Amino acid sequence: MQTFRFAGARLPAEAEAARADVRAFLAKDREIGGWEPHRTTWTSFDAAFSARAGAAGFIATGFPEAYGGKGAPMLVRFAIAEEMLAAGAPCGAHWVAERQSGPQILRHGSARAKAEILPRIAAGDCFFGIGMSEPGSGSDLAAVRTRAVRDGDGWRINGAKIWTSNAHRAHYLIALVRTGDAGASRHAGLTQFVIDLSAPGVTTRPIHDLAGNHEFNEVFFDDFFVPDDMRVGGEGDGWSMVTAELAFERAGPDRYLSDIRLLVSLIDEIGAEPDRMEAAEIGRMTAHLAALRRMSASVSSMLDEGASPVTQAALVKDVGTGFERMVPETARRIRRTEPGPDAPGDYAQSLAETVLRAPSFTLRGGTQEILRGMIARGLGLR
Amino acid sequence: MMDAPDIAPDAEDLGAVVAEQAARLFERRVDRDTLAAADRGEWQAELWAAVEEAGLPLALLDEDAGGVGLPPVAAFGLIRLAARHAAPVPLGETMVAAALWGAPLEGPATLAPGTAPDGHGRLARLAFGRDAAQALVHAGGSRAALIPLAGRRLVHDRSLANEPRDALELSGLPADAIREVPGLGPDGFAPHGALIRAAQMSGAMDRALEMAVAYANEREQFGRPIAKFQAIQQMLAEAAGHVAAASAIVDMAAEAWGTEDFDFAAGLAKSRTGEAAGRVSAIVHQVHAAMGFTQEHGLHFLTRRLWSWREEFGAESWWEERIGRRICAAGGEALWPAIVDVTAAGARA
Ligand SMILES: Cc1cc2nc3c(=O)[nH]c(=O)nc-3n(C[C@H](O)[C@H](O)[C@H](O)COP(=O)(O)OP(=O)(O)OC[C@H]3O[C@@H](n4cnc5c(N)ncnc54)[C@H](O)[C@@H]3O)c2cc1C
Repeated sequence: MQTFRFAGARLPAEAEAARADVRAFLAKDREIGGWEPHRTTWTSFDAAFSARAGAAGFIATGFPEAYGGKGAPMLVRFAIAEEMLAAGAPCGAHWVAERQSGPQILRHGSARAKAEILPRIAAGDCFFGIGMSEPGSGSDLAAVRTRAVRDGDGWRINGAKIWTSNAHRAHYLIALVRTGDAGASRHAGLTQFVIDLSAPGVTTRPIHDLAGNHEFNEVFFDDFFVPDDMRVGGEGDGWSMVTAELAFERAGPDRYLSDIRLLVSLIDEIGAEPDRMEAAEIGRMTAHLAALRRMSASVSSMLDEGASPVTQAALVKDVGTGFERMVPETARRIRRTEPGPDAPGDYAQSLAETVLRAPSFTLRGGTQEILRGMIARGLGLR
Repeated sequence: MMDAPDIAPDAEDLGAVVAEQAARLFERRVDRDTLAAADRGEWQAELWAAVEEAGLPLALLDEDAGGVGLPPVAAFGLIRLAARHAAPVPLGETMVAAALWGAPLEGPATLAPGTAPDGHGRLARLAFGRDAAQALVHAGGSRAALIPLAGRRLVHDRSLANEPRDALELSGLPADAIREVPGLGPDGFAPHGALIRAAQMSGAMDRALEMAVAYANEREQFGRPIAKFQAIQQMLAEAAGHVAAASAIVDMAAEAWGTEDFDFAAGLAKSRTGEAAGRVSAIVHQVHAAMGFTQEHGLHFLTRRLWSWREEFGAESWWEERIGRRICAAGGEALWPAIVDVTAAGARA
């Protein structure tokens, strides 16, 4: 068996400098933007916030300067991202573009895609969705059936995606579609394309979540034309690219800080003199948080060094989202506050938000069971 | 007294060399017979002699004080390594006592939990008390005393793993036995002991998980290895998450050694690791089923230690309560900066 180590991450001085800058920016921006940290998370969509963050230079710092970035090491982005999450900033508009779509285009996109799209991502006014899931293809991602066939200097796409967060307000999707036979491995014949959501042939239909929010969607492709220079990566390379992308997606601070603001408001709700049970539960969650930050920072620095810590990334997400599920349940045990969207007080509102969102923590980005399957493979059990 | 091994130029390389040596040592010297004998209360003098000979108790002591001066992460890594083998000797206690006292010690040594103000009082549960040559005792405030144990009457007691945990009665100390120890506070050695136990738990869990994975691949039911059942895979994956979190937070606290965040970091490590020990021991026993419940099978050498170590130098809830009071007193907005600081304490040092 392989033992999975999480060596300490040394954040470079630039990252710590960026942390101080972004803290100052967020403190001011909260007044300007009027966002309420106890009600927002990294999925809260606020285009105006993203534009301000982009203008202030806090988005896509890792892009080369030619594309609007600063060529900064990945750990600078890590520090900025965790500060935004911890402050409860509404990052949802630019989050996916910055976290995964932009880096994919930077690495595998055409010259045109890079020139047209990346500077706008860095400016905080170009937003992306993820077009992976389909009605018949959830955990079994290789089962996607949306198909692209060659047509002149491009491709025609037919099919449908589902659960596509922000498709109704993003500019683009990166969609994983079938361009060839699945082969024995089932992983062949998949290709990724940048989909311009304003072009003809693509429509979205809202799906409301259990709290009544409209965040995800169905997306339909009807002879949608995509030029070949909006292909990301080689024909048939989709599977390996998606797998690599998920390692980035899984180990970031967004996998354990989704409900940090609930914890913050819980501490304030308790006040400076906790009883024994309150103190012990807060202490326990603090210890979980500390371990997770080490793990997440460690995986980020491994990725920065070019390693591909697939199992460690899955471990961060499994342990991190498990923690996220634990926070509201623990809060309920120590405070007798009935949560409600309109209840008085930050804490009751934050608890309401979190209880209603919690089921998604262990689903989105790969379910807990799928992650544990990957970890089991890493352990040598399958 | 022992000689420090030759010092290589790079401390991290040296750490790797010492770790490799230590791994071989424990591999060779700790087997079922050693553990069974220790279980009967027999002191493992040869094992301890080999540990001393390899210079392991000097790992954390500064070079200019006559130690090896390994980076604390590497030094606590040796404690973790010893615990992978359930090595029944007070390596962690001796190593930490020497580093705190600032000099190589006549070993083995132990760290007394609790406080004996000005050298008066009863100190309970000294690990390997009856086998140790001396005990480092918290004498109140930032003062400690080094007390020879030869000839002293100890009241014998033991842990769930049948390791000695003896009590010592003190009625005053000669003034010259007492010293100021930098960084020592009102909790005495609780933080230091907590990190020793956390490192040990991390090592023992690592090994127990390894055993469970191997067993799952070997044991067949319904015509296939039980490793092929998703229920088994999911349990072991959950255990791997706890093992990973434990190892990450032990490294964090070890990096904080000698910084002002150390007590906080050690408490966090003890809390997270103790919780992990409960889940991991439950899972590895579930996977081993009846076989793992026997005396014959070696799993209990690890799990009984996990169950005793998680209680010592402050069980989870003891630390959690103090950490929680500190966090609540500082207010919600101070939580995140505190996390950033404590998880990077070593990087700043
Ligand atoms: C809030 C939210 C936002 C989302 N946003 C997006 C998005 O923007 N873009 C996108 O593409 N997708 C998105 N998703 C979809 C998400 O990726 C899928 O929900 C997820 O991959 C699971 O697929 P499924 O819901 O079809 O469940 P299924 O795959 O049908 O799974 C149902 C249950 O069976 C279990 N299961 C399935 N296979 C196995 C197996 N092999 N072993 C053990 N158990 C198994 C699962 O763990 C789960 O418990 C989002 C989901 C949510 C909840």
